[in-house]
Amino acid sequence: MTLQEIIDQLDLTVLTHPKDFTEMTPSSGYCSDLLSCVMAGSKHGGIWVTLQAHNNIVAVAALLDLCAIIVTESAVPEPATIAKANEEGVTILATPEPNFVTAGKLWELGLRGE
Amino acid sequence: MDEVPPRKTKTITDQAAENITRVEELAYELKVDVVMSRDAKEASPNMKMGEVLDIFRQARISGAPVISQDELVGIISIEDIIRCLRQNDLDSPVSAYMSTKLFTVRQTDPVVEALKTLVHTKVGRLPVVDDTGKLVGIITKGDINRGLLKALQHDYQEEEIRRYRASHLFEDIVSGRTSLILRYVIKPRDFTHGGSASSYIKRALLRLGASPQIARRCGIAVYEAEMNLIIHADHGGIIRVEIEPHQITIEATDDGPGIQDVELAMKPGFSTATEEVREQGFGAGMGLVNIARCVNEMKLDSTLGKGTRLKIKIFLEAQEAFGEVSAFQKERT
Repeated sequence: MTLQEIIDQLDLTVLTHPKDFTEMTPSSGYCSDLLSCVMAGSKHGGIWVTLQAHNNIVAVAALLDLCAIIVTESAVPEPATIAKANEEGVTILATPEPNFVTAGKLWELGLRGE
Repeated sequence: MDEVPPRKTKTITDQAAENITRVEELAYELKVDVVMSRDAKEASPNMKMGEVLDIFRQARISGAPVISQDELVGIISIEDIIRCLRQNDLDSPVSAYMSTKLFTVRQTDPVVEALKTLVHTKVGRLPVVDDTGKLVGIITKGDINRGLLKALQHDYQEEEIRRYRASHLFEDIVSGRTSLILRYVIKPRDFTHGGSASSYIKRALLRLGASPQIARRCGIAVYEAEMNLIIHADHGGIIRVEIEPHQITIEATDDGPGIQDVELAMKPGFSTATEEVREQGFGAGMGLVNIARCVNEMKLDSTLGKGTRLKIKIFLEAQEAFGEVSAFQKERT
């Protein structure tokens, strides 16, 4: 499943520079708001679902080479955070849905934790 | 009398400045003569419109400057030919249909000037002139797109070259023990820059030719150490990374407050972070655990009231080592 399909199915807003999302295939999913848990649990190339929107999420995603971050509950990252994400090549997506619903939808689309 | 509306000026705030993309930067850096088309097909005022149509078709272009006695006198475009076709008037001279209202751009102008003129005037192409006003080329939005893409590609290649050069560092320098030391000062409570030292270190390792796995492991370990200094250390601290062909040694040191019970601090989930910090998603009590997971050796010394020193090592397998073992080292083994 490509990131483009996920964006379409979950009706996600792309906050960072658009890329060719049809070429990106997330390896897995991970959901947590604790950064160290993400560091420990998220697989590289995966999608991370969180309601954190501050600029450290970019560092975490960049260090883990994540496919994308989905920021939930309409949390809005600062413009500087978006700029940093663009610089690091990190994709940030947004949804008004909470973590639980977002993770559920990703699971239904076939995304798994491993 | 008509009131003159106040001129809209846009001041760029620091925030907006941060959002300027590389493409926008390039639009200011690149000069028109780098991206314009040279040797543009030219038309003359006396040429028949039918001839121009043939030129456009053969050269697959949609516009051309009109030149008379070495002077730029107008511009003729596909829209003019369509008007002419409607009148069934292909035998008319170019002078009857060309536009003489000319918007030009200088070859030394930045590309962004050409873009502004293209947008404001809604014309499809601009003649490019030199300082004396002589035509030197034509620029279209297509030329600008191509030019920007090429420049971006060039940026990418430069990164490749940087990587290539860095990856030879350890091979090119012959010594008994070559090492590269990176040093970062971490300020206390500086969450804004949290993760920048680890990002720099990861990038440096990749440039030196480290495998993505090694760079990632190192990045995670340094990130946790960096955040610990930001969250806990009274005056922040220092991260020192020593890269050797066969191993990476990382030291994070601070001068207080020190850890009361190191064994307890190593327990998954144990944290002394404040509620405020936890709300940000830090202080999960997993930092030191994550570091231990990513490295081959870890030593944590701490004295309450004095400070903490974390020393970790990542060993590289023979095939992952930076560069080849130098001749000097070979001789000695």
